[in-house]
Amino acid sequence: MLLVNCPYCGARPEIEFRCGGEAHIARPVQPSALDDEAWAEHLYFRTNPKGTHAERWLHVHGCGRWFNALRDTVSDAFTASYTMGEQRPDAGKEGE
Amino acid sequence: MRETLGVAWRDLVLPAKVPDLEVPTSIAAMGACARFSLRLPSAQARAVDQAGGFALSGGVNSAITSGGSISARLGPDEWLLIGPEEQGDALSQAIEVDLDGRFFSLVDVSHRNAAIAVAGREARAVLNAGIALDLDDAAFPPGSATRTLLGKAEIVLIRPGAECVYWVECWRSFAAYVHGFLMEAAREFGPHR
Repeated sequence: MLLVNCPYCGARPEIEFRCGGEAHIARPVQPSALDDEAWAEHLYFRTNPKGTHAERWLHVHGCGRWFNALRDTVSDAFTASYTMGEQRPDAGKEGE
Repeated sequence: MRETLGVAWRDLVLPAKVPDLEVPTSIAAMGACARFSLRLPSAQARAVDQAGGFALSGGVNSAITSGGSISARLGPDEWLLIGPEEQGDALSQAIEVDLDGRFFSLVDVSHRNAAIAVAGREARAVLNAGIALDLDDAAFPPGSATRTLLGKAEIVLIRPGAECVYWVECWRSFAAYVHGFLMEAAREFGPHR
Protein backbone atom coordinates (compact mmCIF):
# COMPACT_ATOMS: atom_id res chain seq x y z
CA MET A 1 0.00 0.00 0.00
CA LEU A 2 1.17 3.52 -0.81
CA LEU A 3 2.07 5.45 2.32
CA VAL A 4 1.44 9.18 2.42
CA ASN A 5 3.37 11.28 4.89
CA CYS A 6 1.00 13.57 6.80
CA PRO A 7 2.88 16.49 8.42
CA TYR A 8 0.80 15.96 11.59
CA CYS A 9 0.43 12.16 11.79
CA GLY A 10 3.43 10.73 9.93
CA ALA A 11 3.28 7.94 7.34
CA ARG A 12 -0.27 6.68 6.90
CA PRO A 13 -2.06 4.46 4.37
CA GLU A 14 -3.23 6.07 1.18
CA ILE A 15 -6.92 5.21 1.73
CA GLU A 16 -7.12 7.72 4.58
CA PHE A 17 -6.42 10.60 2.19
CA ARG A 18 -8.18 12.58 -0.53
CA CYS A 19 -6.36 14.60 -3.15
CA GLY A 20 -7.48 18.20 -3.64
CA GLY A 21 -5.78 19.01 -6.91
CA GLU A 22 -2.91 21.32 -7.67
CA ALA A 23 -1.48 23.41 -4.80
CA HIS A 24 -0.32 27.01 -4.64
CA ILE A 25 -3.07 28.44 -6.83
CA ALA A 26 -3.84 31.90 -5.48
CA ARG A 27 -7.36 33.18 -5.99
CA PRO A 28 -7.28 36.60 -7.70
CA VAL A 29 -7.81 39.37 -5.16
CA GLN A 30 -10.49 41.02 -7.27
CA PRO A 31 -12.17 38.49 -9.56
CA SER A 32 -14.58 41.12 -10.93
CA ALA A 33 -11.63 43.02 -12.41
CA LEU A 34 -10.59 40.04 -14.56
CA ASP A 35 -11.74 39.37 -18.09
CA ASP A 36 -13.34 36.03 -18.93
CA GLU A 37 -10.15 34.55 -20.25
CA ALA A 38 -8.11 35.33 -17.13
CA TRP A 39 -10.92 34.08 -14.87
CA ALA A 40 -11.24 30.86 -16.85
CA GLU A 41 -7.47 30.50 -16.63
CA HIS A 42 -7.70 30.66 -12.83
CA LEU A 43 -10.70 28.34 -12.58
CA TYR A 44 -9.94 25.60 -15.06
CA PHE A 45 -6.39 25.58 -16.33
CA ARG A 46 -3.84 23.55 -14.39
CA THR A 47 -0.32 22.45 -15.05
CA ASN A 48 -0.07 18.77 -15.89
CA PRO A 49 3.60 18.01 -15.39
CA LYS A 50 5.36 14.75 -16.04
CA GLY A 51 7.41 14.62 -12.85
CA THR A 52 7.19 16.52 -9.59
CA HIS A 53 3.77 18.01 -8.90
CA ALA A 54 2.70 20.06 -5.87
CA GLU A 55 -0.74 18.92 -4.70
CA ARG A 56 -3.16 19.62 -1.88
CA TRP A 57 -4.06 16.59 0.19
CA LEU A 58 -6.65 16.10 2.93
CA HIS A 59 -6.13 13.56 5.72
CA VAL A 60 -9.88 13.03 5.80
CA HIS A 61 -9.92 9.78 7.82
CA GLY A 62 -7.18 10.94 10.19
CA CYS A 63 -6.44 14.33 11.63
CA GLY A 64 -8.76 16.05 9.15
CA ARG A 65 -6.17 18.60 8.07
CA TRP A 66 -5.22 19.86 4.63
CA PHE A 67 -1.56 19.91 3.67
CA ASN A 68 0.59 20.15 0.56
CA ALA A 69 2.72 17.38 -0.87
CA LEU A 70 5.14 16.91 -3.73
CA ARG A 71 4.37 13.82 -5.76
CA ASP A 72 6.09 12.44 -8.80
CA THR A 73 3.37 11.86 -11.37
CA VAL A 74 5.40 9.16 -13.09
CA SER A 75 6.52 7.00 -10.16
CA ASP A 76 3.74 8.07 -7.73
CA ALA A 77 6.46 8.65 -5.11
CA PHE A 78 5.83 11.33 -2.51
CA THR A 79 9.03 13.31 -2.04
CA ALA A 80 7.88 15.90 0.52
CA SER A 81 4.87 17.00 2.50
CA TYR A 82 4.50 20.33 4.23
CA THR A 83 1.81 22.28 6.03
CA MET A 84 -0.47 24.84 4.40
CA GLY A 85 1.18 28.23 4.19
CA GLU A 86 4.69 26.84 3.97
CA GLN A 87 6.71 27.48 0.86
CA ARG A 88 7.19 24.71 -1.65
CA PRO A 89 10.41 22.95 -0.55
CA ASP A 90 11.85 22.87 -4.07
CA ALA A 91 10.71 26.44 -4.90
CA GLY A 92 12.43 27.77 -7.99
CA LYS A 93 12.73 24.34 -9.56
CA GLU A 94 9.08 23.95 -10.67
CA GLY A 95 8.42 22.73 -14.16
CA GLU A 96 11.57 20.72 -14.50
CA MET B 1 -44.51 8.94 33.25
CA ARG B 2 -40.76 8.79 33.46
CA GLU B 3 -39.23 11.29 35.81
CA THR B 4 -36.34 11.94 33.45
CA LEU B 5 -38.61 13.46 30.82
CA GLY B 6 -36.57 15.90 28.79
CA VAL B 7 -33.30 14.04 29.26
CA ALA B 8 -32.09 12.55 26.02
CA TRP B 9 -32.10 8.78 26.18
CA ARG B 10 -31.08 6.16 23.69
CA ASP B 11 -30.79 2.44 24.07
CA LEU B 12 -27.43 0.89 23.30
CA VAL B 13 -27.14 -0.18 19.70
CA LEU B 14 -25.35 -3.40 20.75
CA PRO B 15 -25.77 -5.23 24.08
CA ALA B 16 -22.86 -4.35 26.37
CA LYS B 17 -20.43 -7.04 27.53
CA VAL B 18 -17.23 -7.17 29.53
CA PRO B 19 -14.09 -7.96 27.50
CA ASP B 20 -12.54 -11.35 28.25
CA LEU B 21 -8.73 -11.30 28.15
CA GLU B 22 -8.32 -15.09 28.46
CA VAL B 23 -9.61 -16.05 25.04
CA PRO B 24 -7.65 -15.35 21.81
CA THR B 25 -10.06 -12.63 20.85
CA SER B 26 -12.90 -11.03 22.72
CA ILE B 27 -15.15 -8.55 20.96
CA ALA B 28 -17.43 -6.82 23.41
CA ALA B 29 -19.67 -3.84 22.90
CA MET B 30 -19.07 -1.28 25.63
CA GLY B 31 -21.69 0.39 27.74
CA ALA B 32 -22.90 3.95 27.36
CA CYS B 33 -20.36 6.75 27.83
CA ALA B 34 -20.38 10.51 27.85
CA ARG B 35 -18.44 11.76 24.82
CA PHE B 36 -17.49 15.22 23.69
CA SER B 37 -15.88 16.52 20.57
CA LEU B 38 -13.66 19.44 21.53
CA ARG B 39 -12.12 21.80 19.02
CA LEU B 40 -9.56 24.19 20.42
CA PRO B 41 -6.56 25.88 18.74
CA SER B 42 -3.37 24.08 19.74
CA ALA B 43 -1.80 27.25 21.17
CA GLN B 44 -4.78 27.61 23.53
CA ALA B 45 -4.51 23.95 24.52
CA ARG B 46 -0.88 24.45 25.54
CA ALA B 47 -1.98 27.36 27.71
CA VAL B 48 -4.74 25.49 29.59
CA ASP B 49 -3.16 22.01 29.80
CA GLN B 50 -6.42 20.43 30.98
CA ALA B 51 -10.17 21.04 30.87
CA GLY B 52 -12.73 19.41 33.15
CA GLY B 53 -10.14 16.85 34.24
CA PHE B 54 -9.28 15.86 30.65
CA ALA B 55 -5.60 16.34 29.85
CA LEU B 56 -5.05 18.37 26.67
CA SER B 57 -1.25 18.19 26.85
CA GLY B 58 -0.76 15.02 24.77
CA GLY B 59 0.57 15.09 21.22
CA VAL B 60 -1.46 14.41 18.09
CA ASN B 61 -2.71 10.79 18.00
CA SER B 62 -2.19 10.21 21.72
CA ALA B 63 -4.67 9.17 24.39
CA ILE B 64 -4.32 10.11 28.04
CA THR B 65 -6.29 8.03 30.52
CA SER B 66 -7.10 9.25 33.99
CA GLY B 67 -9.58 7.46 36.21
CA GLY B 68 -12.53 6.46 34.06
CA SER B 69 -11.99 9.06 31.38
CA ILE B 70 -9.97 9.21 28.17
CA SER B 71 -8.74 12.26 26.33
CA ALA B 72 -7.86 11.30 22.75
CA ARG B 73 -6.20 13.91 20.57
CA LEU B 74 -7.25 13.18 16.98
CA GLY B 75 -5.69 16.22 15.32
CA PRO B 76 -3.77 19.38 16.13
CA ASP B 77 -6.98 21.09 17.28
CA GLU B 78 -9.40 18.21 17.88
CA TRP B 79 -10.03 15.98 20.88
CA LEU B 80 -12.47 13.18 21.60
CA LEU B 81 -13.20 13.21 25.33
CA ILE B 82 -14.79 10.11 26.86
CA GLY B 83 -16.06 9.91 30.42
CA PRO B 84 -18.57 8.06 32.61
CA GLU B 85 -22.10 8.40 31.30
CA GLU B 86 -23.62 9.68 34.54
CA GLN B 87 -21.14 12.55 34.72
CA GLY B 88 -21.96 13.91 31.26
CA ASP B 89 -23.55 17.20 32.28
CA ALA B 90 -21.05 17.81 35.06
CA LEU B 91 -18.13 17.17 32.70
CA SER B 92 -19.38 19.52 30.01
CA GLN B 93 -19.92 22.26 32.60
CA ALA B 94 -16.45 21.71 34.06
CA ILE B 95 -14.88 21.90 30.58
CA GLU B 96 -16.75 25.11 29.83
CA VAL B 97 -15.59 26.66 33.09
CA ASP B 98 -11.94 25.72 32.44
CA LEU B 99 -12.05 27.08 28.88
CA ASP B 100 -13.99 30.21 29.76
CA GLY B 101 -12.92 33.17 27.64
CA ARG B 102 -11.20 31.00 25.03
CA PHE B 103 -12.27 30.25 21.49
CA PHE B 104 -13.50 26.66 21.42
CA SER B 105 -16.32 24.38 20.35
CA LEU B 106 -17.65 21.61 22.58
CA VAL B 107 -20.24 19.22 21.16
CA ASP B 108 -21.86 16.38 23.09
CA VAL B 109 -21.52 13.32 20.83
CA SER B 110 -22.39 10.70 23.47
CA HIS B 111 -25.18 9.25 21.35
CA ARG B 112 -23.38 9.57 18.05
CA ASN B 113 -20.82 6.89 18.81
CA ALA B 114 -20.84 3.27 19.86
CA ALA B 115 -17.74 1.65 21.36
CA ILE B 116 -16.54 -1.90 20.86
CA ALA B 117 -13.61 -3.34 22.82
CA VAL B 118 -11.37 -5.75 20.95
CA ALA B 119 -9.18 -7.64 23.39
CA GLY B 120 -6.99 -10.73 23.61
CA ARG B 121 -3.66 -11.79 22.17
CA GLU B 122 -4.98 -11.92 18.60
CA ALA B 123 -6.70 -8.52 18.85
CA ARG B 124 -4.20 -6.90 16.53
CA ALA B 125 -4.68 -9.53 13.83
CA VAL B 126 -8.45 -9.13 14.05
CA LEU B 127 -8.23 -5.35 13.75
CA ASN B 128 -5.74 -5.55 10.91
CA ALA B 129 -8.31 -7.48 8.90
CA GLY B 130 -9.85 -4.09 8.24
CA ILE B 131 -7.34 -1.50 9.41
CA ALA B 132 -4.35 -0.66 7.23
CA LEU B 133 -2.34 0.87 10.08
CA ASP B 134 0.67 -0.76 11.70
CA LEU B 135 -0.58 -1.76 15.17
CA ASP B 136 2.72 -3.12 16.45
CA ASP B 137 3.79 -1.89 19.89
CA ALA B 138 6.49 0.23 18.27
CA ALA B 139 4.10 1.98 15.90
CA PHE B 140 0.94 2.08 18.03
CA PRO B 141 2.10 1.98 21.66
CA PRO B 142 -0.20 2.13 24.69
CA GLY B 143 -1.60 5.62 24.92
CA SER B 144 -2.22 5.92 21.18
CA ALA B 145 -5.43 7.03 19.52
CA THR B 146 -6.27 7.87 15.95
CA ARG B 147 -9.06 8.18 13.49
CA THR B 148 -8.75 5.65 10.68
CA LEU B 149 -10.77 3.28 8.51
CA LEU B 150 -11.95 -0.22 9.36
CA GLY B 151 -13.27 -1.78 6.18
CA LYS B 152 -15.61 0.85 4.82
CA ALA B 153 -16.35 2.54 8.13
CA GLU B 154 -14.54 5.45 9.71
CA ILE B 155 -13.56 4.66 13.28
CA VAL B 156 -11.52 6.06 16.13
CA LEU B 157 -9.06 3.49 17.44
CA ILE B 158 -7.86 3.97 21.01
CA ARG B 159 -5.37 1.90 22.97
CA PRO B 160 -5.79 3.21 26.51
CA GLY B 161 -3.43 0.92 28.41
CA ALA B 162 -0.56 -1.51 28.16
CA GLU B 163 -2.73 -4.61 27.90
CA CYS B 164 -3.93 -5.74 24.49
CA VAL B 165 -7.28 -3.96 24.61
CA TYR B 166 -8.32 -1.67 21.79
CA TRP B 167 -11.36 0.56 21.75
CA VAL B 168 -13.09 0.90 18.43
CA GLU B 169 -15.33 3.96 18.45
CA CYS B 170 -17.62 4.19 15.46
CA TRP B 171 -20.77 5.97 14.53
CA ARG B 172 -23.88 4.36 15.97
CA SER B 173 -25.30 3.62 12.53
CA PHE B 174 -22.03 1.88 11.57
CA ALA B 175 -21.95 -0.24 14.74
CA ALA B 176 -23.69 -3.28 13.31
CA TYR B 177 -21.35 -3.31 10.32
CA VAL B 178 -18.21 -2.79 12.43
CA HIS B 179 -19.24 -5.42 14.98
CA GLY B 180 -20.10 -7.91 12.25
CA PHE B 181 -16.82 -7.21 10.48
CA LEU B 182 -14.82 -7.84 13.67
CA MET B 183 -16.77 -10.99 14.56
CA GLU B 184 -16.14 -12.40 11.10
CA ALA B 185 -12.45 -11.56 11.27
CA ALA B 186 -12.22 -13.24 14.69
CA ARG B 187 -13.63 -16.54 13.39
CA GLU B 188 -10.13 -17.33 12.15
CA PHE B 189 -8.97 -17.60 15.75
CA GLY B 190 -11.57 -20.07 16.88
CA PRO B 191 -14.55 -19.74 19.16
CA HIS B 192 -14.67 -16.56 21.14
CA ARG B 193 -16.86 -14.97 23.69
